[in-house]
Amino acid sequence: MNVEELKKKLIAAARVHPPDDRVPYAFEQRVTALLAGRGEANRWVFLTRGLWRAAISCVAVAVICGAVAFFTPATRDTGNDLSQDFENTLLASVDQGEATP
Amino acid sequence: MERSEAELIAAVLNGDSTSFEPLVKKYSPRVFATARRYARRDSEVEDIAQEVWLKAFDKLKSFRGEAPFEHWLMRMTVRTCYDFLRGHQRNRESSFSDMSEDESDWLEKFAADPGSAAEDAAAAKTLIGRVMEKLSPEARLVIQLLEIEDRSVKEIAELTGWSVPLVKVRAFRARGEMRKILARMAREKYL
Repeated sequence: MNVEELKKKLIAAARVHPPDDRVPYAFEQRVTALLAGRGEANRWVFLTRGLWRAAISCVAVAVICGAVAFFTPATRDTGNDLSQDFENTLLASVDQGEATP
Repeated sequence: MERSEAELIAAVLNGDSTSFEPLVKKYSPRVFATARRYARRDSEVEDIAQEVWLKAFDKLKSFRGEAPFEHWLMRMTVRTCYDFLRGHQRNRESSFSDMSEDESDWLEKFAADPGSAAEDAAAAKTLIGRVMEKLSPEARLVIQLLEIEDRSVKEIAELTGWSVPLVKVRAFRARGEMRKILARMAREKYL
């Protein structure tokens, strides 16, 4: 069998049978609906991505603050604890009032 | 009043996705006809066409309007079809043993007298379909564009994004590949 001739014949067969250009019913409407749906989905993706970024930033800030608090050398202990300092500050005006004649 | 293509594209780029619908309606027959050259099942053809339009929508910003929209779209269609071929190479290794009676008759007629086998016969159409399915994706694309659609090497380079020398090399290999497949088909038929 002459392969080259067969090739020519089959190529000619493909040429005389052009493909069908029929479009399924309402195809363009389906594509438009899909695009609109994708736009909606994209908005949610955008929001979710933003929230994730914010969460990551918050965790990063917390880690940095923790590291700073952990590695910063502690100030010399004045002997008073925090509750005592708080009370002194809160009652400072009262103490001053009592001290003045 | 009917809006021009440029107006529709500008509207889509400004966020009005409904203006895309007339473009889909106008060019879908060409997209479907092209997709049917590479895929057989209706569902596959529709998937390709849908992917083409989604890509076109996403990449519309890259359309500069220097060439007609149709050319830009057809480039996208051919490339999507090529991606489809690369992802669906299922029948390449199958034999020709399941040839129908009509196909066998057509081949026999051709073997006896090449002139008597009509190219417009349905059997010839299904046979070329079988042969094309056995080609590699590159070879199939090149044979389709160069031999069947009769496009120039330069046009194929533009459509596929390949360089002109690459198209020539692939065309040479594709013809060789096709000859081998046809020889195998003839051998299997007469063994």
